[in-house]
Amino acid sequence: MINKVVATFDEAVADMKDGATLLLGGFGGPADNAAYLTAAVARLGVKNLTVVGNIGGRGGDSLEQVRQRMAQLLHWPTDAYDVGLLIVRGQVAKGIMAFPAAVGHARSPFEIAVEAGKTQIELVGQGTIAERVRAARAGIAAFYTPTGVGTFVAEGKEVREFDGRAYLLERALKGDFSLIRAHKADRYGNLVYRNSARTFNATMAGASTITVAEVDEVVELGQLDPEMIVTPGVYVQRVVVRPKTPQPWDQPM
Amino acid sequence: MAGAKLEPRAIALRVVKEFKDGMLVNLGSGMPTLCGMFLPTDREVLLHSENGLIGYGTTIENPDEADLTLVNAGIQPVRKRPGMAIVDHAESFSIIRGGHIDISVLGAHVVSEFGDLANNTTPGKLVGSLGGGQDLAFCAKKVIVMMTHVDKNGGPKLVKKCAFRLTAPRCVKLVITDIAVVEIDEHGLTLLEVLPGWTPAEVQELTEPKLRISPNLREMELV
Repeated sequence: MINKVVATFDEAVADMKDGATLLLGGFGGPADNAAYLTAAVARLGVKNLTVVGNIGGRGGDSLEQVRQRMAQLLHWPTDAYDVGLLIVRGQVAKGIMAFPAAVGHARSPFEIAVEAGKTQIELVGQGTIAERVRAARAGIAAFYTPTGVGTFVAEGKEVREFDGRAYLLERALKGDFSLIRAHKADRYGNLVYRNSARTFNATMAGASTITVAEVDEVVELGQLDPEMIVTPGVYVQRVVVRPKTPQPWDQPM
Repeated sequence: MAGAKLEPRAIALRVVKEFKDGMLVNLGSGMPTLCGMFLPTDREVLLHSENGLIGYGTTIENPDEADLTLVNAGIQPVRKRPGMAIVDHAESFSIIRGGHIDISVLGAHVVSEFGDLANNTTPGKLVGSLGGGQDLAFCAKKVIVMMTHVDKNGGPKLVKKCAFRLTAPRCVKLVITDIAVVEIDEHGLTLLEVLPGWTPAEVQELTEPKLRISPNLREMELV
């Protein structure tokens, strides 16, 4: 029998090792990040991680700052734990990110870590991150993209011309763990998402050795319309259900 | 003496005039997202957002009405709109890279006279952000920059050569600012429109490269 549902977030990431590469499905919105899986990684305390994703984090004290700054736009959840939690705890050695810097003159946890010499940055645009990850999932070793030719992201990369246009060679990017958030799952690991919370979550699914999905709800097999399933369960190894009410990040669960 | 300058929302009104019926438009983070407040009602324009929304609605200003799972790439809550489609990030950038975006509106720190764009690192910061802007700058059919004409210190943002590292070379085709509309081609800058209260000479004073004056020079109109 196939049953990918695991009981706890701690169990879902228990075999993560120091030096692991994590593909994070969050975009940076209030409800699109695998918050409780991120918290479990913080509790596990693995170090020297490479994190791949969009933003440089709002964890630690900056989460409360974000809640206050965004209050006039939306009610930012108190449990929106993100990669910032791992960065402020010194667990991250390198970030491969598209939007690591906070907007304007604010500073993200990741920026602060880079400035302090604690973390390395590989700055890559969202499209290139997404396609490198998609390539890893799809068994493609590398691909040519027009984005970045003649700029700093092209340093050290092959440039080749096709039909009169220059392209950069970019390599596939495979993870050890993809930590993603979805709306509903069944025990096969089939997933559907909600609105813009699909984002990098569906992209990172299947691009790591282990993909773990943090979901609102697990439904009976057959309740998800096959035509509407976004991520087939073959890309997902573990499913864990979010708590109904916000919980502190440092509590085993 | 030069007149007043446009507020960011007023610049957005002018930018939106570029959106034609049936176009797919992406609004970059920061000032360009303001264009989402003024979607035209007399023509169908679809907005694309990097995080996978196609054809989303207007921004929601009341946090009590916001759905936390429905935000644009600037993390502004937006409304659903009939015909909206949702894709993942890889598909969203297939749309961008594949040349399916008609207009990309981006902010900029500086733009050179040949359309080089620098907008990836806030001056004074060690770490920058590319977001989806580099893919958009390289691959959209037309790149429009929406920005103030000068920086906070009064220095020109339309420059001969970008002092910052480039997001993309030779990509910007139109610049819409708080005092002028400037077209860019392989010969440089052409002044198309000036804000009422300003003369071409006054705009030139705040622009580093030489502006050619369009034979069809007009006043900037917002509606």
